[in-house]
Amino acid sequence: MSLLWGRRILAGAMTLVAAAAMTACGSKTSDEGGAAGVTADVSGDTVKVGLLNSLSGTMAISEVTVRDSIMLAVEEINAAGGVLGKKIQPVGEDGASDWPTFAEKAEKLISEDRVAAVFGCWTSASRKAVKPVFEKNKALLFYPVQYEGLEQSPYIFYTGATTNQQIVPGLDYLKAQGTKSVYLVGSDYVFPRTANKIIKAYAAANGMTVVGEDYAPLGSTEFGTIVNKVKSSGANAVFNTLNGDSNVAFFKEYKSAGLTAAAMPVVSVSIAEEEVKGIGTQYLEGQLTAWNYYQTTPGAANSKFVAAYKAKYGADKPTSDPMEAAYVSVHLWKAMVEKAGAFDVEKVRGASDGITFDAPEGLVTVDGKTQHIAKTARIGKIGADGLITEVWNSGKPVAPDPYLRTYPWASGLS
Amino acid sequence: MTAVTPAPPSTATPAAPADAPPPRRPGGRSRLRAAAGFAFGAALLFAVAPLALSDFRLALLAKYLCVAMVAVGIGIAWGRGGMLTLGQGVFFGLGGYAMAMHLKLADAGPGGMPDFMQLYGQLDELPVWWRPFASPWFALPATVLLPMAVAFGLGSLVFRRRVRGAYFAILSQALAAAMVILLIGQQGTTGGTNGLTDIQGFFGYDLDDPVNQRMVYFIIAGVLLALLALARQLIHSRYGELLVAVRDSEERVRFLGYDPASVKLVAYVVAAGMAGLAGALFVPAVGIISPALIGIVPSIEFVIGVAVGGRATLLGPVLGAVAVAWARTALSERFPGTWTYLQGLLFVVVVAFLPGGLASLWALARRRDADSASRRRGWFPTARRRAERAEVPTA
Repeated sequence: MSLLWGRRILAGAMTLVAAAAMTACGSKTSDEGGAAGVTADVSGDTVKVGLLNSLSGTMAISEVTVRDSIMLAVEEINAAGGVLGKKIQPVGEDGASDWPTFAEKAEKLISEDRVAAVFGCWTSASRKAVKPVFEKNKALLFYPVQYEGLEQSPYIFYTGATTNQQIVPGLDYLKAQGTKSVYLVGSDYVFPRTANKIIKAYAAANGMTVVGEDYAPLGSTEFGTIVNKVKSSGANAVFNTLNGDSNVAFFKEYKSAGLTAAAMPVVSVSIAEEEVKGIGTQYLEGQLTAWNYYQTTPGAANSKFVAAYKAKYGADKPTSDPMEAAYVSVHLWKAMVEKAGAFDVEKVRGASDGITFDAPEGLVTVDGKTQHIAKTARIGKIGADGLITEVWNSGKPVAPDPYLRTYPWASGLS
Repeated sequence: MTAVTPAPPSTATPAAPADAPPPRRPGGRSRLRAAAGFAFGAALLFAVAPLALSDFRLALLAKYLCVAMVAVGIGIAWGRGGMLTLGQGVFFGLGGYAMAMHLKLADAGPGGMPDFMQLYGQLDELPVWWRPFASPWFALPATVLLPMAVAFGLGSLVFRRRVRGAYFAILSQALAAAMVILLIGQQGTTGGTNGLTDIQGFFGYDLDDPVNQRMVYFIIAGVLLALLALARQLIHSRYGELLVAVRDSEERVRFLGYDPASVKLVAYVVAAGMAGLAGALFVPAVGIISPALIGIVPSIEFVIGVAVGGRATLLGPVLGAVAVAWARTALSERFPGTWTYLQGLLFVVVVAFLPGGLASLWALARRRDADSASRRRGWFPTARRRAERAEVPTA
């Protein structure tokens, strides 16, 4: 009898399962507008914005500084009366250096907290993970880090450099210096691999040779072999797309192998002031970096930014390019909202074209079509004091071209 | 070679007089309890959760339940079979990638290519090994059979050579590391560190639609219940007894004439299949599969969930996996800056004070009751205690 009962309960449960699954059938992919966007909650006298950065894991060291500088911008705006008369209420989440976690937290910020915009993400992998979440919910992300280009989401504003504002000027600089051969060293993930594809296409069209290309796993500290290969290659320069801790090991090995910035300069695209401090200036002095902003960049806007940052977080804290881009992104969002007169995402996007901001890096302008911003490219040299001084700049802001459509040599890339 | 085959236990019951009460079937009551538990679980997952949770929380629960499916498998392989597998991420990943490849191809349409291939690979046509995944008739079975085949290959090599304990754990972990390196290196065809993201549809249904997300949740909940039923059958079968025997004393089982390698292989392959299925369902639920989900750290996290729940029980791994995943979300939302310390503290507390996991709380409470009851009646409690101890593995 008991067995019979067991079976009945089982059968009942299975029917329930089947019934539940049958009733839950929604729109097909072919349907139009299956999902409606979640609208931000702006009913109160505050407006929530999401802060999505890694506060734990390998990326925390870099992303915490971005969080700090976003908070600085939020406080400045609130002190000046907020946005459309509403104070900004930041909601922080930890992406934990884990891409699926970024997607989960993005969804939480949008659908539970109903924020008006989200600021954050660093690695390309985390951006790729959250991109569908923002597109699905028709919500806004401001992404503050230089990246590999080849992307243009209608729901992301890219306030860091795309390739033609950082890597291409870096290569132009090397070419002008008479560099004939380069060696490519990078971490094994999407940004370096894509960047190196672009570099190889550039080199082929500009009479440079790429004499070697090596990738180290993220977080790797074994650079003996790679540095030996670099040394024996006799390249004129090294293009370095290593990320994080790997740079420490790479530059120590580089110096101990007897390689110098004078004989074989290294151009890095992921080493900013914060990282210089971590790696040690004795290993980096004289090496080159490509960015859009340095702490030493002249101008009243930058003096104000640096002073405010140091007053809030400590005199020994440097400011860097991604921090500046994150700071700028909050101010740009404010300007867009005020031009649109509403927090509504589509209205904000519509109002974005031509918005300018007197940023620490100089005047920046939003390009409404690509949702990137025009930025001045700058090559800098790392000094003994850990600061980076500009040795070249593009003179005027470079218009963003994420797919490199205006460069004939890049036609095969996308 | 003469294999000693033990006689199967007699299933014939002595004929009972017509007027006598029916004989108590061994396991009858436990089966009833299991069925009631199953119904309770079904009611919880199918009625209470969808009513009580928002769309976002329900989607999170779907994700936890996928992790729980992996945990059910680990419960069998590690809890019952004593094989500490630190590489379940590999099987989870194989299932996940197989499903994601199919869904990406379905999104791209007939003859189309996934977006990232043109971006990173500059490929003119689909790689040969991607092609079969365009067909759901290949991709769907592959999500389960591919991990099982890999587990079979590895298991037959390893168990036959009597690799066990820490060596087996290291080997399984090395496999996870190797798979991650392989996937990242082949960025043009695998998506590299980004993994496969931006999955739009699930067999024609738009995944952006909350109603369809709900459907995916129901499928996941149903599959988890089915896997639990399967695991229960396995544990209570003669094979299940044999598996525990191999765990506790492999040599003794070998002297009895069984082949411990085959016994372990079955459990390992079943666990791999469950992980593969979990990976396959994770993809429509979360919308991403990437090397970050299948490497060493996530593989260890799967095992941590099982350890927290209680590895040797049926429900322990499921409860542990869901509890750990839920705690991760809840703690990180409440304390974004310090949650990792709290999570670590939680693991230390459980391992130090509850080596049998959360499930042993239940047994502990029951034993207390039984002890105090028997003390009152003057019964001798050690026999019962010994019987319960048999549930906790020795190694």
